Amino acid sequence: MAGLAPEAGGAAPAGSNKAFKQQLNKVYSWYTGGFLVFIVLLAILEQMGLPRNYIGFIFLLATILLYGGIGVMSRTNDASEYYVAGRRVPAVYNGMATGADWMSAASFIGMAGTLYLTGYGGLAFIMGWTGGYCLVALFLAPYLRKFGQFTIPDFLGARYGGNLARLVGIIIAIVCSFVYVVAQIYGVGLITTRLTGVDFGLGIFLGLGGILVCSFLGGMRAVTWTQVAQYIILIIAYLIPVIWLSVKQTGVPVPQVIYGQQLAKVTEREKQLREDPKEKEVIAIFKARADAATEKLKDVPAAMSADKQAAEKKLADLNEANAPAADIQAAQKALDALPATEADAKKAYTAAKTSNEARARPLAGMPGHATVYAGDPNGDAKAQKTFNESRLNFMALVFCLMVGTAALPHILMRYYTTPSVKEARESVTWSLFFIFLLYFTAPALAVLVKYEVLNNLVGLPFDKLPVWIGNWAKVDPTLLSVADINKDNIFQLGELRIGGDIIVLATPEIGGLPYVISGMVAAGGLAAALSTADGLLLTIANALSHDLYYKMIDPNASTARRVSISKALLLVVALAAAYTAYTVYVTKQADILFLVSAAFSFAAAGFFPALVLGIFWKRATSAGAVLGMIAGFGVTLYYMATNHAWMRTIFGVTQPVDLWYGVLPISAGLFGVPVGFAVIILVSLFTPAPKAEIQELIEHVRYPRITGDINTQAT
Amino acid sequence: MEVTEIHRRYWQKTLRLTAVLLAIWFVVTYVMAFFARDLASINFFGWPLSFYIGAQGALIVYCLIIWYYAKRMNELDAEHGVAEEEE
Repeated sequence: MAGLAPEAGGAAPAGSNKAFKQQLNKVYSWYTGGFLVFIVLLAILEQMGLPRNYIGFIFLLATILLYGGIGVMSRTNDASEYYVAGRRVPAVYNGMATGADWMSAASFIGMAGTLYLTGYGGLAFIMGWTGGYCLVALFLAPYLRKFGQFTIPDFLGARYGGNLARLVGIIIAIVCSFVYVVAQIYGVGLITTRLTGVDFGLGIFLGLGGILVCSFLGGMRAVTWTQVAQYIILIIAYLIPVIWLSVKQTGVPVPQVIYGQQLAKVTEREKQLREDPKEKEVIAIFKARADAATEKLKDVPAAMSADKQAAEKKLADLNEANAPAADIQAAQKALDALPATEADAKKAYTAAKTSNEARARPLAGMPGHATVYAGDPNGDAKAQKTFNESRLNFMALVFCLMVGTAALPHILMRYYTTPSVKEARESVTWSLFFIFLLYFTAPALAVLVKYEVLNNLVGLPFDKLPVWIGNWAKVDPTLLSVADINKDNIFQLGELRIGGDIIVLATPEIGGLPYVISGMVAAGGLAAALSTADGLLLTIANALSHDLYYKMIDPNASTARRVSISKALLLVVALAAAYTAYTVYVTKQADILFLVSAAFSFAAAGFFPALVLGIFWKRATSAGAVLGMIAGFGVTLYYMATNHAWMRTIFGVTQPVDLWYGVLPISAGLFGVPVGFAVIILVSLFTPAPKAEIQELIEHVRYPRITGDINTQAT
Repeated sequence: MEVTEIHRRYWQKTLRLTAVLLAIWFVVTYVMAFFARDLASINFFGWPLSFYIGAQGALIVYCLIIWYYAKRMNELDAEHGVAEEEE
């Protein structure tokens, strides 16, 4: 760890970039080796009998201390160091840092699970979250680097001359980053809780400590070097269990190359299970339960009294028969748990209806893993409509995720930190390469786990089920539960309820790996969530301190004052985000995947048109950009607020759901982005062309070097 | 600031490169997704072709697009004398 100190020294003199990079190579090679040795040591300790939750604690504390340590060593009060890490992060390392910044809890924990549950449909996330980097590379990164200031609102403010564009930029940046950071902190809480068994609230604050010590002390500099460290941990943690599972199933240690054949076997097995009489039996039982709930909904008060009578009768019978105390207690509990009011009862019956209907379908409601889109283009009108909507929604989601990628300020900000335009371009290549390593593994992981479940678990007697199922069911029954529905004592696929978030975390156990690997995977998930939260918090704090305070309220503020204000704001924002995450957890209201995707749609519609036109179209005017940003963002917000169940309750919307072309609210950006472009273009054509100095700024960002160039670089 | 004929040519070439790479990006992503159901029956080393494209093929093309863009742009910079001075 002491080796990290040299990079924490003062600003490097020009010409020392090469030496600096060599130094980094050395430090991070030692670091990676050290991490592997740490794993091996823990594995040995585990064999010697170290209890499991100790291993969890050691992982949690060791990694958070490590990140904190890097933060302390990289502490700084210098503005250029604090905001853009001194602009000397080599392309490869900026790529790694962007990778960690980019890959959040949703990528690390959620994505493979989504792929497991939805098959081909989940690939929208894989394509969307990688293809967006093409847009970053072609349209934004090199030009923003040439512009060379600190934040995205900086660019909007300079290009669209005036505080109004900057202010709109600040608001959009804060909205999408805040929504996103809440989801990350939620993820941090979940992982620490599982890793160590501490309370969710405490888990959040432990994780928050790790985030804050880093970004608080050293800003972008500390965050960058921590993110590189976090990338190394998360990629090792992701790859090892998948490779192991692949060797176990196929004998080949390169899962990405071999899982095609496993996919074929999964598809074959799915065909068998669809026809399996035992599976059909389970489905029929769920169907009957759903029908019973529908029946009850027809006359709620009558159903309530019938339920009550039945429960009382059962209790009385048990008492009479002198049944064991546990059975009587359970019957009493069931009686007490009956809904008291009619509204509660209606809610409970509706919930029973939907959940049983969802399970009364072949393959536990999952589509065939390789099945492309729902419905049938050659079927009847209804099947055709389903097919067309399913395809449109897939493409719309890919579009929103891609454009959103190229508009999220915490990602774009990273390209300010490279030493040159040339390195900014190369840095995007490295970013995508490092992201690619995880993303092309996730579909393999999903297929291998599915193969394991369909071929090795289904059909086992209940008492022969592996231990991990019981262990995870104990942690959180909403994520994993098994019950012998048709009482044949054989496990059917329909009898398993599994949440997507469990797949990655449980993979080591599914593959039969020692617990230390489970700990490592959890630490990897933590690294993913913390690194993204770091980048996001920094974006919000900078938008407030740099853009709002320094650029708009007090332009004479000293550097030291700006940095200390940023630090104070960081603390406030972090606490607000933690509080929101905790509320979300307690009320179980929001849907995390929706939160994350919403952030993408907001960023896409709000920023992308104004940024791209700002560079590629000299005629784009201030009025056009401001109205375009507001219109794009507004349309997106409107579509979500009127159509998404949770947003509807927040905004108190009562009008009926009205989907445009059947596009789901998660992809609201599909409408927001074109509206943004159209409004900017139209309004610009009706307003006077930008002034000469703005035109000069555009020329400036287009050419890496030009005679008589102006200098916009902030220091 | 002197924007010369060379600069204009450099910018034209940049735009052309951007447009061509964007077209490739578009075909790989959206055209392939549009016809994904039809491509699913083609076997590609064990994968249905559309699944392979979504899970790996498109990603590899994205990486190549960005890699080629960086390489070509850095060459264009040098050819047109707009490359940054080495620090």
